[in-house]
Amino acid sequence: MSATKRIIGVVWQAIRRWFDPSDLNSVGTTPDYRFSLANERTFLAWLRTGLALIAGGLAAAQFLPPLPLRHLREAIAVALLLLGATVAIRAVDHWSRTERAIRLGERLPASRFPAVLALIVAVGALLLVVAVLAKGMSVR
Amino acid sequence: MSGVPPRGDAPGGGDPGLQPERTRLAWRRMGLAYTVVTVLAVRLALTGDTAGALLAGVTVLTWWATLVVGWGRATGRRQARIDTRAVPLVALGTVGLALLCVSLVLRGVW
Repeated sequence: MSATKRIIGVVWQAIRRWFDPSDLNSVGTTPDYRFSLANERTFLAWLRTGLALIAGGLAAAQFLPPLPLRHLREAIAVALLLLGATVAIRAVDHWSRTERAIRLGERLPASRFPAVLALIVAVGALLLVVAVLAKGMSVR
Repeated sequence: MSGVPPRGDAPGGGDPGLQPERTRLAWRRMGLAYTVVTVLAVRLALTGDTAGALLAGVTVLTWWATLVVGWGRATGRRQARIDTRAVPLVALGTVGLALLCVSLVLRGVW
């Protein structure tokens, strides 16, 4: 019960950090605006990555033929859509933490997320290669 | 973040790195990507019944709201009014769109 409460508290704090520019503006000093703009562009690049994953999920749901495994097509689509949503949430959280670090003159937040995302995409691509090869073998 | 980047990004004056202009273009690209996703989502939503039309309507509304906020942040006229809260708003708009699309896919299964 207290664990649930703690998680809700952490999430609430994070959302408040994203939305409260007055809080963001009051810590530290106002940085060179170019740093803030670069941070904003990085956020937008991540958001486009998330949108591309969402587009991939929608394309899988609509343009893939029905697969031999029941509902595999829908599972692939939902996985891509949820990955896109995760990328968007992580993008805004990283943006606000970076903004704060720039203002306070601290080290920029380190993140394992790009490596994790790269691994997920690589594993997905390898699975597709295996699937395509297996299909080619079985046809011949 | 101070929110309003200076407009001195014209050639021969202001920021030689054209940072405000690059940021404006990044917002534009985000809006265009969002539009492509919205077209795909509406195509999936329209199944010829009332519920499909309603879901397509909600999708278009989400697209419109996100574009107003995001492109408002991008254009000079509105930049002062739409501050950095555009960033979390647009991110949540994207998450909302993704969850909407999940419901569209699951709707096709049932």
